Amino acid sequence: MSIELGHFALILAFAIATVSALVGLVLWRSDGRAAAYLQQGAILQFLLIAAAFAALVQAFATSDFSLALAFEHSHSTQPMIFRITGVWGNHEGSMLLWVLILVAMGGAVAAFGRNLPRDLLALVLAIQSLLVAAFAGFTLFTSNPFARLSPVPFEGKDLNPVLQDIGLALHPPLLYTGYVGFSVCFSFAIAALISGRIDAAWARWVRPWTLLSWTFLTLGIAMGSYWAYYELGWGGWWFWDPVENASFMPWLAGTALLHSALVMEKRNALKIWTVFLAIITFSLSLLGTFMVRSGILTSVHTFASDPTRGLVILSLLAAFIGGAFVLFALRASSLRAGGLFHPVSKEGALILNNLLLAAATSAVLVGTLYPLLLDALTGRSISVGGPFFELTFGSIMAPLLVILPFGPFLAWKRGDLVGVAQRLAWAAGLALFVTILVFALRGASVSLVPFGLLLGFWVAFGALADLADRAKLFRTDLVTSLRRLFGLPRTAWATAIAHFGIGVTVIGIVAVSAWETELVTTMQPGQTGNLAGYTVLYDGVTHTEGPNFTSDRGSFTITEPTGETRTAHPERRVYAASGMPTTEAAIETYGFSQLYLQLGEPGADGGSVVRVWHKPFITLIWLGALLMASAGLLSLSYRRLRVGAPRPARAKTAAAE
Amino acid sequence: MTRKQKRLAVIGGLGLVLALAAGLIFVALRDQIVFFYSPSEVKERAVAVGTPIRLGGLVKDGSWVKTGEANDFVVTDGESEMTVRFIGILPDLFRDGQGVVAEGAIGTDGVFAATNVLAKHDENYMPKEVVESLKARGEWQREASGS
Repeated sequence: MSIELGHFALILAFAIATVSALVGLVLWRSDGRAAAYLQQGAILQFLLIAAAFAALVQAFATSDFSLALAFEHSHSTQPMIFRITGVWGNHEGSMLLWVLILVAMGGAVAAFGRNLPRDLLALVLAIQSLLVAAFAGFTLFTSNPFARLSPVPFEGKDLNPVLQDIGLALHPPLLYTGYVGFSVCFSFAIAALISGRIDAAWARWVRPWTLLSWTFLTLGIAMGSYWAYYELGWGGWWFWDPVENASFMPWLAGTALLHSALVMEKRNALKIWTVFLAIITFSLSLLGTFMVRSGILTSVHTFASDPTRGLVILSLLAAFIGGAFVLFALRASSLRAGGLFHPVSKEGALILNNLLLAAATSAVLVGTLYPLLLDALTGRSISVGGPFFELTFGSIMAPLLVILPFGPFLAWKRGDLVGVAQRLAWAAGLALFVTILVFALRGASVSLVPFGLLLGFWVAFGALADLADRAKLFRTDLVTSLRRLFGLPRTAWATAIAHFGIGVTVIGIVAVSAWETELVTTMQPGQTGNLAGYTVLYDGVTHTEGPNFTSDRGSFTITEPTGETRTAHPERRVYAASGMPTTEAAIETYGFSQLYLQLGEPGADGGSVVRVWHKPFITLIWLGALLMASAGLLSLSYRRLRVGAPRPARAKTAAAE
Repeated sequence: MTRKQKRLAVIGGLGLVLALAAGLIFVALRDQIVFFYSPSEVKERAVAVGTPIRLGGLVKDGSWVKTGEANDFVVTDGESEMTVRFIGILPDLFRDGQGVVAEGAIGTDGVFAATNVLAKHDENYMPKEVVESLKARGEWQREASGS
């Protein structure tokens, strides 16, 4: 019964969204009554979709296999957490999750947007409702999650074992929040184009949404990368797989948007470009959804390939992106540019940042779409892999990293490059010194590695230099400096932490690709292997039973260079319901480095192939991403940003909180 | 600088960066892409020793020989065959008759040295290139795909 109620709630939400979109687009000029209606409509949409989603969760949690979706993707022996996450471990359920987050965003705009101009609010909610109508309609008509089965099967077919992991609980919700959050920026951009009114207050409204989406997208990508690293067993953390690129492109464009919205808010410049970026960023999110959900790519993310779905998503994509660009072409000239500045200035640096990020996004886009286009046009299969992206993306990001530390130091309007260089000299000197030190200790080699490491340290120390400079460290007494440091606005801290995080990630990437070592060997129980100073002793395999799988559990004793020992247990599992084997790597963390053990199939003589990687400083890659995300949250918590209007906002703060 | 010169400087700089990026992408597309071949295509096109390619087809029944950590197997598309050597742990779902894609290059001994072997992620997964190459050779059987 609750399943039919869920289905009905979804239909009702679709209907309300359709009406809301029409009312909003026709009556947005009316004196606020349309806005009031749309606010209630947005909140209703959220409640209805949440109810529909809850119905699905309930069916999965109680293993109600009369629900076709639960029969296909669940099993009663799965632990509760995987029964619940299994709701979005399939095409239909993940589309409903997508829609749920979309309506949550619309509901949040309705709830927090009380002091937005009424006509802008009406337009934003109308566009948001249009998106809901499109995607709830898509879910309803091509991917209905509420289909029933009769007779009711006794047992389900089990969730793909690769997905039976805590990663499924975190990665899709985080990533989708990031993707879909940009829909709000998109709606604001379209509303600005329709109403022809755009100012610094507009940017002030868009920026928190950009920050929120960007933060969640950062977390989602980092989580996905770590999940792939420990689950797929190849020891890699990024494969330049089209699906990964699909999430990375909105991140790059979103990063650019974050910076250009800053220029717009502070200096009232770059208006057209910011609107353009807001459209591009969400378009790339939609493109990502299309690539992953349509089945044109084969990967773990593609649950089912049904050509009609692909066509429908492609048409939706064409309608929204095409419509947005037509509107942009027609209306962009009505937005007047403002704010003059010298090429050497904070504005100039942020434009360069945007330009390089846009170029990097295009490089990734070309590399991702070229094989698909070539295949469609000529039938020739190619793969554009790591080397392409390392060359293009790497070469475009390198200059960005070089100029990055200068940005926060430059003044608005007209900057003093020589002065900034002087203030950054110690950061550059320190970065150079540390790089040389590292290579003196590690042994130098002729490659791009020292350069990459230098860039990483430069960005990290540059961020610290920014903080030190603002605190007037060593230019006044220490107590005053500390007081200044902790009195800095949270946005200054957030900038420095995010930039420091980028440096940390770069150092991690360079270190692990330069110094990773690997050992592949056949071991009999009792034999040892040596790698990077660690001794790995194979103790043998024991057969164990999990809740819904059987496992050959290997035991290894790892001895560190310092003499301390730990045991590690890589596994080879076979899932009972599907008969599908998986390997679970064992990962031991030592400081920032990790030892990664993978157990192969046992040979005829009782020995097993064992693959061991030493991954120096690999955790820095994700720690850097966590730093960036925490900087996003810190900046979001800053009160001044949340207040919408540019007017003195003491009275309004209460309303916004 | 006058306002006009400033604007020219900004636009000129932007144009330069964009041109460099476009050039870079173009060069990389020419040199850094990897082509997919079936064993027959490898023979037809006489792929040079050492050129990185992706080789796809089915694992020939009974051809998988495991010596310690070295795996030798034959990839076939029904017409031609190619011996592949891979050092390491093969994917979980690697088995006889299965579609695989091997990344690597042909060695001087004529054996394909794989640096990575991709097999299915789950029961329904078959590398798309393999499906198409098998279809082209008339070797495709619907039930083999499971979908």
